[in-house]
Amino acid sequence: MNKHLRAIAVPLIAIAILLAFWEWLVWFNGWPKFKMAAPSDLIPAYQRHWNLFISMGWQTLWRTVLGLLLAVLFGTVLGMIMGFSRTMRDALYPILVGFNAIPKATVVPIVALMFVGQHDFNTVLLAFMISFFPIAVSVSIGLSTLEPEYRDILRSLGASQATIFWKIALPKTLPEFFGALKVAVTLAFIGTNLMEIVSPHGRGLGALFDSGRTNSDFPLMFAVLLALAFLGIVLYYIVVALEKIFAGWAERAPG
Amino acid sequence: MTNLIDIKGVRHAYQTDSGPLPVLDGLEIAVPEGGFVAVVGPSGCGKSTLTRLIAGLMKPDEGEVWLHGERVKGPRSTVGMAFQNPVLLEWRTILKNVLLPLEIVPSKLSKKQAEERARFLLSLVGLEGFEDKRPSELSGGMRQRASLCRALIHQPDVLILDEPFGALDAFTREDLWQTMHRVKEREPFTGVLITHDLRESIFLADQVVVLSGRPARTQYVLDIPSSGPRTLDDLYTPAAAEQLNILRHQIQIAQGRASAGETAT
Repeated sequence: MNKHLRAIAVPLIAIAILLAFWEWLVWFNGWPKFKMAAPSDLIPAYQRHWNLFISMGWQTLWRTVLGLLLAVLFGTVLGMIMGFSRTMRDALYPILVGFNAIPKATVVPIVALMFVGQHDFNTVLLAFMISFFPIAVSVSIGLSTLEPEYRDILRSLGASQATIFWKIALPKTLPEFFGALKVAVTLAFIGTNLMEIVSPHGRGLGALFDSGRTNSDFPLMFAVLLALAFLGIVLYYIVVALEKIFAGWAERAPG
Repeated sequence: MTNLIDIKGVRHAYQTDSGPLPVLDGLEIAVPEGGFVAVVGPSGCGKSTLTRLIAGLMKPDEGEVWLHGERVKGPRSTVGMAFQNPVLLEWRTILKNVLLPLEIVPSKLSKKQAEERARFLLSLVGLEGFEDKRPSELSGGMRQRASLCRALIHQPDVLILDEPFGALDAFTREDLWQTMHRVKEREPFTGVLITHDLRESIFLADQVVVLSGRPARTQYVLDIPSSGPRTLDDLYTPAAAEQLNILRHQIQIAQGRASAGETAT
């Protein structure tokens, strides 16, 4: 089989098998829709609310991506600070770990109260808050574990710290950075949706999920989950593509 | 005649939690232009500190390091370095790795000339045809060869080799020794080689300096007379056996396992 065809066909077939199993499970157990909707129940939900899915999906997507971009910027700068300065690393790590340990669901009402009515801002903020941590940690570890010989090779020629950073430290950290970014992508979706679901008069797929719940439209709720999974997959593979471009060298040839 | 490298009365101590740890104490090494000195000594006696001092990566607490009649106060672009770890940049091709120093050091070479020089050096060490490969596609010995080319690309006066062959298997190592002689013939340099391998030291260097245990001082200097190009067979002559014997005895003294009074056996 063609290599590209195979790369697409294998995961698609796996997804089809999973959906078929889901359908069979619901049918076999005779579960009612309020217990678990089957994939076949979701098609009418999509048909009825197609416009909503498009507009709400877009809301969720752009806010997640924006939060993620901010997390990349902030996380990279923070990681650089901690990677280059031992004192800053010692000072900031406990604070960061503590901050990260706080369940973000508890932060949602606080943020919502703090910036009442600024739904876009709040959502982006939460996506950002939940996803910058792995990026900061990976960048700082990547920079602080740079073998001294790498520095010495350039330093012995009189290179500046900035040159060493651009030519060696930064590219060398890219594989770790992309590993963290993959984690951050899924986390950012969690942040966005937490805010969309919890805050009143919200928008986005989270709000659509909430309206499904208040209207006891169970297939709609499941349809939203599937849509979120779809967006997550798309964003994840965008990151994978970027990784191939910028850090493809880190991938060893198989075998 | 002034020496190209002159190390005079160098003392250095590292600051540790349990007070200062002296590593070098009254080190004297002189290398004439074109000379190749090998430095041997017990583990942890401060040999790597020595390379960092010559490269200007650190300053000694006391004493002076001179290169080319100038006192070393900081890094200088006339130095090339190679370590036990070849530290090639995985995201660059071998050719681009070799060219790296020229991106830092101002060079008279045009881009095309620089590339030609890199290709020439790579062919000199036997890496012809590997210019566009990534480091991960090369064996350990080949990476070390590439690292050697990188250390030489900007035509440094001084080549500092910090156990560059230490991690290689015996056959590859001997191969690289011969490569070193070939390189030095075409690309003359003044060399300082840090090594644990006594055979390596007498095969490559024209002077072997034995350092004492920590804190290290110059304990013994052995001149290796040379008549014409060396071959591996030279390592199995009575003269070589005699040199190795002397060095082994000196190392034992440095380790505190023999006294200077005993004769070498």
